[in-house]
Amino acid sequence: MDKKLEPIVKTIQEKFGATLEEFRDEVHLFVKPEQIVEALTILRDEYKFEMLSALTATDYFPQQMPRFHVVYQLTSVEKNLSVQMRVPVNGTSPKVPTVTRVYEAANWRERELFDMFGVEVEGHPDPRRILMPDDTEGHPLRKDFPLGYEEPQFSFNFDEIGLKKPFPKE
Amino acid sequence: MAQLEEVNIDQFRHLVSERAISGETMLLNMGPQHPSTHGVLRLLLELDGETIINCISDIGYLHTGIEKNMEAKTYQKAEVMTDRLDYMNPMGNNLAYVMAVEKLVDLDVPARAQALRVILVELQRIASHLVWLGAFGLDLAAMSVFLYCFREREEVLDIFELVSGQRMMTTFIRPGGLWRDVPVEFEKAVRDFLKTFPKRIDEYEALLTKNPLLIDRLAGIGVLDAATALQYGVTGPNLRASGVNWDLRKARPYSGYEQYDFNVPIRTTGDTFDRYIVRVEEMRESLKIIQQAMDKLPMGAVRSENRKFVPPPRSEIGVSMESLIHHFKLWTEGFLAPKASVYSAVESPRGELGVYLEGDGGPKPHRIHMRTPSFDNLAVLPKIVNGHLVADLVAILASIDIVLGDIDR
Repeated sequence: MDKKLEPIVKTIQEKFGATLEEFRDEVHLFVKPEQIVEALTILRDEYKFEMLSALTATDYFPQQMPRFHVVYQLTSVEKNLSVQMRVPVNGTSPKVPTVTRVYEAANWRERELFDMFGVEVEGHPDPRRILMPDDTEGHPLRKDFPLGYEEPQFSFNFDEIGLKKPFPKE
Repeated sequence: MAQLEEVNIDQFRHLVSERAISGETMLLNMGPQHPSTHGVLRLLLELDGETIINCISDIGYLHTGIEKNMEAKTYQKAEVMTDRLDYMNPMGNNLAYVMAVEKLVDLDVPARAQALRVILVELQRIASHLVWLGAFGLDLAAMSVFLYCFREREEVLDIFELVSGQRMMTTFIRPGGLWRDVPVEFEKAVRDFLKTFPKRIDEYEALLTKNPLLIDRLAGIGVLDAATALQYGVTGPNLRASGVNWDLRKARPYSGYEQYDFNVPIRTTGDTFDRYIVRVEEMRESLKIIQQAMDKLPMGAVRSENRKFVPPPRSEIGVSMESLIHHFKLWTEGFLAPKASVYSAVESPRGELGVYLEGDGGPKPHRIHMRTPSFDNLAVLPKIVNGHLVADLVAILASIDIVLGDIDR
């Protein structure tokens, strides 16, 4: 771990009881969903993490408790530091509070989070899907969403395939 | 055929002003098929006369599920998808992905491969900025610049064809090094390019930089201040035009960037003109880097000797049983990566291109997330266009240099 990161990690650990994981010099801190807004506010205001570089999630299906990890990758331009906050979320009703009031960049990223993983973002100012069409069913990046493909339609099986082809909704 | 759905104002009610609901202001669609949106981007504009009051971007038309697809492929095969992300920057995407893989499995890269990577990525940066400059000129009705830019870009693509056999979808940078060493003609091709290109930049600048028509259209338009840029996660030339000195090549040198002496162009106003200047200056700096890397290009291997991750050369397979086994294992099963996650970022022509890569102990990635710079750069657009005219929107959109393949993934 970078020497400059040690006091920051210590503060977050003491204040939120966060667990620390390290891998290849990267610092991952685990906090609870209800703590994330406060943790990010402290990191932004007191430790100069001005930028939310990435916000994404990863799905550990079939594990349910926790099923998702929501990942917040923070960058400090002034101090040239990075820290990753991770929020474990369960699979039955995945929910995280919005961090758009801390970082504006989270607006689109959280829409993507909902779109791709179905993790609901509470209090989001613009809760629409972002990449998939509005009438999509399911959330593509979940592990239980099949990586589908379209069967090629030739003249000999044109009608057969046509029958089960998913057409856009009326 | 499905019926075309009528756009319902209700889903945008919270995004437009009251006056749009009463019909006082006009809602106008720009795109998804519009020459100045640089791809399939739809902008819903709320206009008062010709002034933009609100701008709502609608993306996802080019969403191809690259992240999902990569999860179903081995680490080597998934790399092919990265070329298709930001199609103006395939070499840079390869590098970003490959560096994440190398970090995850802790793989060494020989010095020659690192230097060649830098040369190729910087050439790619020039090619990308050339496309940007051409399209930017085109949007501002400066047609000739477009033709000049594409002429020079062709020279860069010829170099890529020389080394990888492909002009665009190169997949040349591989985990542990490069696909193969560059051919002997490579040095001459790059040196020729280095010789001719500075004069060409002067040519573009003569056409544009001091052109009063251009300055009138660009200066003071679409001002993005540093605090807003950081809040929105804007990176790359857009951030540096706003006065923030943040370039991952300098701040967190990778692939041997610390050996090269180059400047990071910074401007302070953050308007459309500054974004233009920063990119033109960046092309000159890239030339400096390529020049230095060519001068001290070390000899030696271009692929790691770690046979668990890098396939052995063809000549070894015929004589060594072990090599044959390694070759077979690598191209059937792939290599295994630990159950852990890394985040690694490079400076692409558009900003911080980050790769969040998580392994699950098997040969396929558990999760890949590409933190693409254009996504955040576009998100800031409504913030900087409000109050401008529609014609200025075209200039601003061109100046932030978006690539829809990069946004929609």
